Amino acid sequence: MADAKVIPFDDDRSRGSAVQRPSRRRNSGSRRTGTTEPVPVREVQPLPVRGAAQEDVSVTQEEEPSGPPGRADDGGLERRIAGGLAFLRRRLTGDYEVDDFGYDAELTDQVLMSVLRPLYEKYFRVEVKGVENIPAEGGALIVANHSGTLPLDGLMMQVAVHDHHPAGRHLRLLAADLVFVLPVVNELARKLGHTLACSEDAERLLGQGELVGVMPEGFKGIGKPFSERYKLQRFGRGGFVSTALRQDVPIIPCSIVGAEEIYPMIGNAKTLARLLGFPYFPLTPTFPWLGPLGAVPLPTKWTIQFGEPIPTDGYPPEAAEDPMLMFNLTDQVREQIQHTLYKLLVQRRSVFF
Amino acid sequence: MLVTGVARQLGGRFVRRIQRDPDVDRVVAVDAVPPEHHLGGADFVQADIRQPTIGRVLAETGADTVVHMDVTGTPLGGGSRTSVKETNVIGTMQLLGACQKSPAVKRLVVKSSTNVYGSAPRDPAVCTETTPPKSLPSGGFAKDTVEVEGYVRGFARRRPDVAVCVLRFANILGPGADTPLASYFALPVLPTVFGYDPRLQFVHEDDVIEVLRISSHEPRRGTLNSGTFNIAGDGVLVLSQCSRRLGRPTVPLLLPAVTWAGSLVRTLGMTDFSPEQIRLLTHGRVVDTTQMRETLGFRPKYSTAETFADFARGRGPGLLPPQALAGAVDRIAALALRGSGHPPTQSAN
Repeated sequence: MADAKVIPFDDDRSRGSAVQRPSRRRNSGSRRTGTTEPVPVREVQPLPVRGAAQEDVSVTQEEEPSGPPGRADDGGLERRIAGGLAFLRRRLTGDYEVDDFGYDAELTDQVLMSVLRPLYEKYFRVEVKGVENIPAEGGALIVANHSGTLPLDGLMMQVAVHDHHPAGRHLRLLAADLVFVLPVVNELARKLGHTLACSEDAERLLGQGELVGVMPEGFKGIGKPFSERYKLQRFGRGGFVSTALRQDVPIIPCSIVGAEEIYPMIGNAKTLARLLGFPYFPLTPTFPWLGPLGAVPLPTKWTIQFGEPIPTDGYPPEAAEDPMLMFNLTDQVREQIQHTLYKLLVQRRSVFF
Repeated sequence: MLVTGVARQLGGRFVRRIQRDPDVDRVVAVDAVPPEHHLGGADFVQADIRQPTIGRVLAETGADTVVHMDVTGTPLGGGSRTSVKETNVIGTMQLLGACQKSPAVKRLVVKSSTNVYGSAPRDPAVCTETTPPKSLPSGGFAKDTVEVEGYVRGFARRRPDVAVCVLRFANILGPGADTPLASYFALPVLPTVFGYDPRLQFVHEDDVIEVLRISSHEPRRGTLNSGTFNIAGDGVLVLSQCSRRLGRPTVPLLLPAVTWAGSLVRTLGMTDFSPEQIRLLTHGRVVDTTQMRETLGFRPKYSTAETFADFARGRGPGLLPPQALAGAVDRIAALALRGSGHPPTQSAN
């Protein structure tokens, strides 16, 4: 059933049009409709207007350039400096808002996203498909596969939603408890709007109409050996389904291709992991042999596809307590993600391009 | 009405306030030491709630409402941690025992704290009244409050005719607050834990008095004032925000160093920089206040940020006053505008 819904999406078409088709839906892509070659489109496409403007002027923290493009250069620069200083002023005097979860929208938009964006655009050259499947308002639960030894896929998914969604929605990720134990990491995660993966937090966020992202595979997915790449692991206990059912929000399956190869995990130093209190300690062809240099991810080409939403509002209220339905829905989501993964893999020309 | 813990600022203020209410005939204020502030005409009875005399006081006065405010984290004057713990736990037991014996008691209000939730990275981001703590506080004031609440629950079971209200207050701040967190914010340079920026919630002293008043009277129409309620101002401040608003620089220290320094300071008996305090300043804590709004029908006058602003006004400016920093940034903005040769049409607003 679920497969039948997905297949006509961009199957059965030549590769060129398969790549181009979703690009037309994006506002940045639509300005470049004159291009016919798919390859340059791919490379230029994911640049949103803001990111392109930021590289022109090397001011560290600036506001979104809102001035008309016809104005003189120094006028825009001045505006940007003023914006940057206003931002600096607010930061220095503590005059900004955080929500109950510690999400600092201003810092995320202006600094943290700008830090992640080069990685997203230039390094992994992420291609986003099906972003229109994310509703413009109201709660929704995005369920994605998890891979890559370090949870970069979650961050890239966050940038993808932030930069490509027409309504400018923010993705609130649910993270493992390890994230909130580690110093620095927990601070950044909270400011990026992440919170602990537990049903209380997820329901509270969905109840507030937020877009919540979860990777139910958890450590099983992210820490799986390279030989098992793109094989979805067990989806936890399906808690995400009952959360979505209780809050009546659609589940949006999301498949991420490319993250598996950034750190090919060929071994797992279990003893060391246990000593450090981590769920696994990856051994890759470069890490830890080359030291910090070995921790540089491989520059793979990524594709993030958001699938068609699976509605959850047709069920009676007691459905959230029905384990059979939970398992069925979990399997449906899982299969849809797995199927899309295989399709994207078939379409992929190479790991790096 | 019988009020315990009146020798403290907050208890004294509550006693003075509650006497102005028309349906309060008489207020009996109890504490082990005579208060330094006046009690506005309330009858002060010097009694240690750790002793059975509290039972006699309660029987003689025939109070119908008992407000137990003597659950605190810091010793008054020069007491030790042991005596604080005894007052908190044994004192509560004695008081509850006395209440159980007294047929006149109809209402019990207990001042507790959101410390009962502990502070752990594995807790949900927002605690509701029913959230079980992932790791129970191992000691100190937090453990006291957990034990006190346990005894209060036992009492509520044994005396179902008594309306019991447990108020879990977030960190109380205000111009006159003498809580450990207030003394922390009074430090010229704030030591913080490196790599952690805890979320904090505050409640203003005025709101504390008001909510105690609401819960010590008959419930208003459409509200219920028995049960357990989280009391906190709206919104959240993170510690870095607090320090910037206060204008006090922070010194990030590694967690082991903070723990070690904390225990050293404690051993020397300089301050009560307790382990829970360090945990709070590491992981932070935010509570849900839906019950407070909808069931108790109380809306705090001050949000967390307003409470903190009021507290900051009461303190002097820090080493890096926010106004000075803002002024400096504005001057740079003016310079930049002049440098680019444009009239300063839009200054940094």
